[in-house]
Amino acid sequence: MELRPNDQAVVNLGGIRKEISIALVADVQVGDYVIVHVGHAIGVIDPEEAQRTLALFAEMAQSLETATGAAT
Amino acid sequence: MKYIDEFRDGDLARQIGARIAAEAHPDRSYSFMEFCGGHTHAISRYGVLELLPPNVRMIHGPGCPVCVLPIGRIDLAIRLALERGAIVCTYGDTMRVPASDSLSLIKAKARGGDIRMVYSAADAMAIARANPQREVVFFAIGFETTTPPTALAIRDAAREGLANFSVLCCHVLTPSAITHILESPEVRQLGTVPIDGFIGPAHVSIVIGSAPYDHFAEEYRKPVVIAGFEPLDVMQAILMLVRQVNESRAHVENEFTRAVTPEGNLKAQALVSEVFELRPSFEWRGLGEVPYSALKIRETFAAFDAERRFDLNYTPVADNKACECGAILRGVKKPTDCKIFGTVCTPENPVGSCMVSSEGACAAHYTYGRFRDIPIVATTATVIEEAAP
Repeated sequence: MELRPNDQAVVNLGGIRKEISIALVADVQVGDYVIVHVGHAIGVIDPEEAQRTLALFAEMAQSLETATGAAT
Repeated sequence: MKYIDEFRDGDLARQIGARIAAEAHPDRSYSFMEFCGGHTHAISRYGVLELLPPNVRMIHGPGCPVCVLPIGRIDLAIRLALERGAIVCTYGDTMRVPASDSLSLIKAKARGGDIRMVYSAADAMAIARANPQREVVFFAIGFETTTPPTALAIRDAAREGLANFSVLCCHVLTPSAITHILESPEVRQLGTVPIDGFIGPAHVSIVIGSAPYDHFAEEYRKPVVIAGFEPLDVMQAILMLVRQVNESRAHVENEFTRAVTPEGNLKAQALVSEVFELRPSFEWRGLGEVPYSALKIRETFAAFDAERRFDLNYTPVADNKACECGAILRGVKKPTDCKIFGTVCTPENPVGSCMVSSEGACAAHYTYGRFRDIPIVATTATVIEEAAP
């Protein structure tokens, strides 16, 4: 949400604003989704990969419906 | 919240469950260990087990940080507060773990020990800055996820010359614990714990990457699927494990590609190896002494090592005899196999460490699963008709 000095940043956790450390991750930008563990960002979400995983779920759901003739 | 809600969709979860049931061979059983406490919690909280066919079984692993912390380590922290007058800072989960003399950190606090719950290692440093005349010790626990923040605190304390700050390091390593389980007699010889594959941890893998698990796939022929902490992640990982078993494959697969890369977080790894080195041996609750399974602070940062600074000596202490945490952490027993589960031992009054943290197998089952164990007995005919499935 907002980058602050000394490797600090403000994140939005479902409406809660919290200052955390970004010292452990490289190249974080405002707007990125980070995974926060004990007050430190330890990783950054890759939006394309997230989309790919969701697409995989959707694809499987479809193929299942075809297989069972959408019985449920 | 984005990247969370989409991964909790109940309809999709049921569809993945149906797919697992369709692909799992009815004439064999599948046992998978979820190593990480975060997965144990997700499986219990979202009722993942109810979406699985009966021949697919999940075994809880030892990846709950406070569960594997042995009594002797907590005793060291308590003594620092009660006998050495130090301010001891620690994560909330650690506060209620039972220690010697019917104490825990929270009970020691009630006896006058200056013990403070912190959200992060950085908060412990802030307490040290605010109390320059006092010794402030951060009681650091956890796997590869909490280790980089501790390393950062030690490095920053060294840079700013925070002379009254030190760390009681109890950080442990995931791959060595998995090796220990795979080498255990229950898995290797007795076969009492059949393990067909592992769900690899989410956050730990963000830090260490997926490469460290290659060894388990190659050496032990066990498939590993790294999964996120949301229920759909776990379901999808189970499906991927079933497929590997069906095809007699043993590979490391990554379901959590949105956050885990093969090499992991290199910046965090570099910092950890700058500050820490391997301990030749470390005692785990349940697993006993495990070689090269934990970290200690390097000589360069000796001034910030509470073990050196206070000349601490570790003494092992046996667990409560009635408690089955040890066997539960090795996957040999389930929480309900323990005589004191839910009676003497509850989250309000934990006897063993697995009942303390929400990630512990016993606490997770107590909170989300225990009513499933009770058979539904209907008293009148009308109720039977309405309630029976």
